Amino acid sequence: MQKTQNIFVRRAIFAAAATFLGTVFALPLVWFVFAPFNARAELGLAIPSPFTLSNFATVFQNTFAMQALLNSLIQAAGGVVLVGGAATLAAYALSRSPIPGKGAVTYILLLFSSVVSGSAAMVPIFLIISAAGLIDTHLAVILVFAGGLLPTAMFILRDFIDAIPRSYEESAMVAGASPLQAFFDVALPVIRPGIVVVVVWAFVNIWGSFLIPFILLRSDKLMPASVAIYSFYSEAGTPIVTLLAAYSLIYSLPVIALYLFVNWKFGFRFFGGIKS
Amino acid sequence: MASVEFQNISKTFGAFVAVPDISFQIADGEFICLLGPSGCGKTTSLRMIAGLETPSSGRVMIGGRDVTYLHPKDRGISMVFQDYALYPHMNIADNIAYPLKVRGEAETKRHARAKDVADVLKIGDLLKRLPSQISGGQQQRTSLARALVYPSEVYLFDEPLSNLDAKLRLEARGFLNHLQRDMGMTAVYVTHDQAEAMALATRIAVMDKGRIVQFAPPIEIYRRPATTFVANFVGNPPMNLVPVEASVGDGALHLRADGLQVAPIELTDAVAKAARSGKMTLGVRPEHLRIAGATDHNILSGELFANENMGPESLVTLERGDNGRVTARIFTDDEIKVGTSVHLAFDARHVTLFDDTGARIPAADER
Amino acid sequence: MKKFSLLSTRAGALFLAPATALVGVFVIVPFFWVIFVSFTNRTLLGRTAVDPDFVGLQNYFALFNPATFFTRGQFGFSLILTIQFVLLSALIGQALLGLLLAWLSQTVTPTLKSFLQTAVIAAWILPEVVIGFAWFAFLDYDNGTLNMILRGLGLPPGDWLLQQPFWVIVFFNTWRGAAFSMMLFNSAFQSIPPSYFQAADVAGATSWQKLRDIALPLIRGHVVTDLILITMWTFNVFTPFLLTHGGPSYRTEILSIYTYRIAFKDFEFGKGAAVGVVIMLINLAFALVYLRLAHKKPVEAE
Repeated sequence: MQKTQNIFVRRAIFAAAATFLGTVFALPLVWFVFAPFNARAELGLAIPSPFTLSNFATVFQNTFAMQALLNSLIQAAGGVVLVGGAATLAAYALSRSPIPGKGAVTYILLLFSSVVSGSAAMVPIFLIISAAGLIDTHLAVILVFAGGLLPTAMFILRDFIDAIPRSYEESAMVAGASPLQAFFDVALPVIRPGIVVVVVWAFVNIWGSFLIPFILLRSDKLMPASVAIYSFYSEAGTPIVTLLAAYSLIYSLPVIALYLFVNWKFGFRFFGGIKS
Repeated sequence: MASVEFQNISKTFGAFVAVPDISFQIADGEFICLLGPSGCGKTTSLRMIAGLETPSSGRVMIGGRDVTYLHPKDRGISMVFQDYALYPHMNIADNIAYPLKVRGEAETKRHARAKDVADVLKIGDLLKRLPSQISGGQQQRTSLARALVYPSEVYLFDEPLSNLDAKLRLEARGFLNHLQRDMGMTAVYVTHDQAEAMALATRIAVMDKGRIVQFAPPIEIYRRPATTFVANFVGNPPMNLVPVEASVGDGALHLRADGLQVAPIELTDAVAKAARSGKMTLGVRPEHLRIAGATDHNILSGELFANENMGPESLVTLERGDNGRVTARIFTDDEIKVGTSVHLAFDARHVTLFDDTGARIPAADER
Repeated sequence: MKKFSLLSTRAGALFLAPATALVGVFVIVPFFWVIFVSFTNRTLLGRTAVDPDFVGLQNYFALFNPATFFTRGQFGFSLILTIQFVLLSALIGQALLGLLLAWLSQTVTPTLKSFLQTAVIAAWILPEVVIGFAWFAFLDYDNGTLNMILRGLGLPPGDWLLQQPFWVIVFFNTWRGAAFSMMLFNSAFQSIPPSYFQAADVAGATSWQKLRDIALPLIRGHVVTDLILITMWTFNVFTPFLLTHGGPSYRTEILSIYTYRIAFKDFEFGKGAAVGVVIMLINLAFALVYLRLAHKKPVEAE
C-alpha cells in the first residue's frame, strides 16, 4: 500500500517538474503568440482585443521587408542547392569510390570545419570575399555558407550512404547498368531521405543566421530578413513592436514548417551534430 | 548459356588471403553449388565471376571469353543477391523490368515481359506494390524474376534462400530445382546449407579456407567424401567420425577404439600405407547404424546420451568411453532410457576410412 | 588491370571536386589566411588596407599585454568571461538541464512529453534574431513578461539587461541550446533496451537509482560527445550579440563579439585575426579530443 502511494507521489512530482520546465521554456515565446495579432501590441503580455491581422497587412505593404524575405529565400535556396548537390556527390564518392586516403580526407574536413568557426574566420572570410570582388552580393553569402556547411553535410550523408547496402548498385550493374545509371536510377533515389535531411538542415541554418550576411552585405536591397528586421526600429533605436512581432512570425514560419515536415516524415531522428 | 572457367584465380584483401589459388571448369548447362562454411571464399569466388571483385591473379573465362577485367554489365550474367537488393522506390514491375530499361527497351514492351515472368513466378498480381509491401518469399521471387527477365549466359545465386524461413525455403528450393531442369541454365549457386546443395546441384564444389576440397556430383560427395571435412559438412546429422588405432596383422587391418568392435578389414596397398602411422578415422553415417542383433560383428557401443524422436525416426546419441559421441538414425518406436548401454551395428560396406591427414582411403572395390 | 569498384577513382575525384573547391576556398584558405593576417597591421580602411605591414607578433603582444589583460573590453577579460560563459551556460546549464529534460521525458505521459519537447525545441529552432527580440520583450523593465510574473509573485522587478547582463546571456544560452543535449540524451536513453530498466524495476530500484546505476554508465559516450560539442558551439556562439551587443560596457563581450568589434567596429583586421587564431587553437584542442573519442577509427583501412 505504502509502495503504490510512493509511486503515485513520485509520478506527480515528475509531472509537476515537467510542467514547470515546459512552462519556463515556453514563457519567453508566449508573447509571440499574441503580439502579432494585436494592433496596439507592446512589450508586455496582452491578449489582443480585438484580434486583428492589421500588423501583417502593414508588413506586407512594406516593400523593403518583403524584399528581405525574398533575399533570405534566394540566399538559403542558393546555399541549399550547392550544399545538397556538392555534399551528395562528395559523400557518394567518399563512400563508394576507392580514392586513396578518403578516411583521412573525412577526418581533416571534420577537423577544419569545427576549428574554422564563423567567429574565428570572419576576418579572412571578409578578406577573401573582398578580394574576389563579391562583397555585397547574394553569391558571397551563398558561397560562404556552402563552404561552411559542406563538411558536416558530407559527414552526415556519408554515414547515411555507408549504411545503404552496396548490393543495390551491384545488382543494377550486373543487370547491365553503367556506374552513372546505377547512381542516378538506384543510389540517388535511395539516398534521397538523407539528402532531404541535409537540405532542411542547411536551409534552416542559412535562413536563420545573422553574422555572415551582416558582415558581407551593405546595401538594403540585398539584406536578408535576419538583418532587415532591425529596420523595424525607430530612429531612436526603439522597436516598432507591432510590425516586428508580425514580421518575426512570418520570418519564422518556414523554419517551423520545415521542422514539422521533418518531424512528420522522419520522426525527427537524430543525425549527429545536426546543428552547427 | 555458356561455360565458366577459373584459371589459377587468387584473391587477397590486404593481408587476408580469401582465395589462394583455384582452378575449375563448369560446363554449359551445369548447376554448380559452391558449398562451405562462412569465410571459405565461396561468395568471393562468385563475385569474381560476376565482376564485382577483381582477382588478384589468374583469369576468369565465360563462354571461352576472358572476362577477368570486364565490367559486370558487359559479362552477360544475372545474379540473385542474398538481400534481394530490390529497389525500395520502384514497384515490383519496375524492379523486374529494370534490366530491360537499361537495355533501352520501350516501357510497354518491358512491362509486358515483366508481367510474363512475374506470372510464371506467381507474383503477377503484385506488380503495382512496393517491395516493402510484399512478404519475404515474394521479395525473393521478385529478385529471381529480375534475374530471369533477360537472357543470360550464366545465372549467379548468392545464398538466395538464406533469409527465408524453413518452410518457404523448401518451397523455393523445389521451384529452383524445377526451373533448372526446365531451362537447363548454367548456374553457380553459393550456399552454406548442404541440403540445398544436395537438392539443387549437378555438381558440388565443397570449399574450405579458399580451396576446393572436393568437386563432384552430390551422390559422390555423399558416398565418398574426400576428406573428414567434407564428411563432417555434408549430411544431417553429419557422418560419425571415430578416431581409431590401426594395426596390421594376419594380412588384415585391425582397428581399435573404446566401444568399438570391428571385423578385420581387407588389406589393400592404400590401406597398408595409411596404417603405417597407426592412426585412422573411421566414418559411418547415422542412417547406416541400427540396434545390434546377436549376429552382428561391427558394433559401436556406449551409454545412451539422448534420444530425440523426430516423428518417422529417432536420433539416438551414445556416449562412448573416451567422450566421443555417436549418433544414429533409427526407425524404431522402442523406448530406451538415458544411461542404459546401447549397441549399434553397421555393415562393413558402409565404413569409410580416412588416413591421419583426414584424406579418404579408397575402398577395396575402387581399384 | 583496373580493379572493379562501384565508382571509379576518376569519377570519384570528379564527384569530390565541387565540395573540395568550396570547402578549400571558404574553410581551409581562411584557416591559413587568418594566421597570416594576424601577423600584419591590416585595417579595413586607409593605407594599411591595401598595403599592410608585417608586424610579427605585435598583435599577440597587444592581446596578451599584462598591463591591460584583465581590463574590461580587453582580450583577457573577454577570454575569462567566455570561459565562465561556457562553464555556466553549456556544461552546467545545457548539459544538466538537457539530461533532466530527457529523463523527465522518459517518465511522464505522452501529452506532457510532447508539450515539454515542443517548448524546448522551439527555443532551439527559431531564428536567432527572432529569439533575440523575444527575450528583449521578455526582459523589458516596464511591461516584460518576466517582471510581470515577479510583480505578481510580490517580488521586486529588475532591469535585467542592465543590472545582470552576464547572467542574462548565461540563462539565455542555456535556454536556447538545451534542446540539443535533450535530444541527444533522448536518443541515448532510447538505445538502452527497456528490459534493463524493467529488470531494475523488478529489483525495486527508484528512478534516481535507475538513472545513476543503469542509464548514465551506459550513455557515458553520449555524455562526452554532448559536453564537447556544446562546449565548442557555446565557445563560438555570436547570438548574445543580438541581446546585448556585448554591453553594457563590455560586460557581456564574449570572444566572438570581441572579435567582431575589433575587426569590424575598430577596423583592426590584424588584431581581430589574432583573436581568431587564438579561438581556432582552442577549437582545435576540443576538436582533437572529440574526434579521438567519437571516431575511434577515423582513418579506415583502404
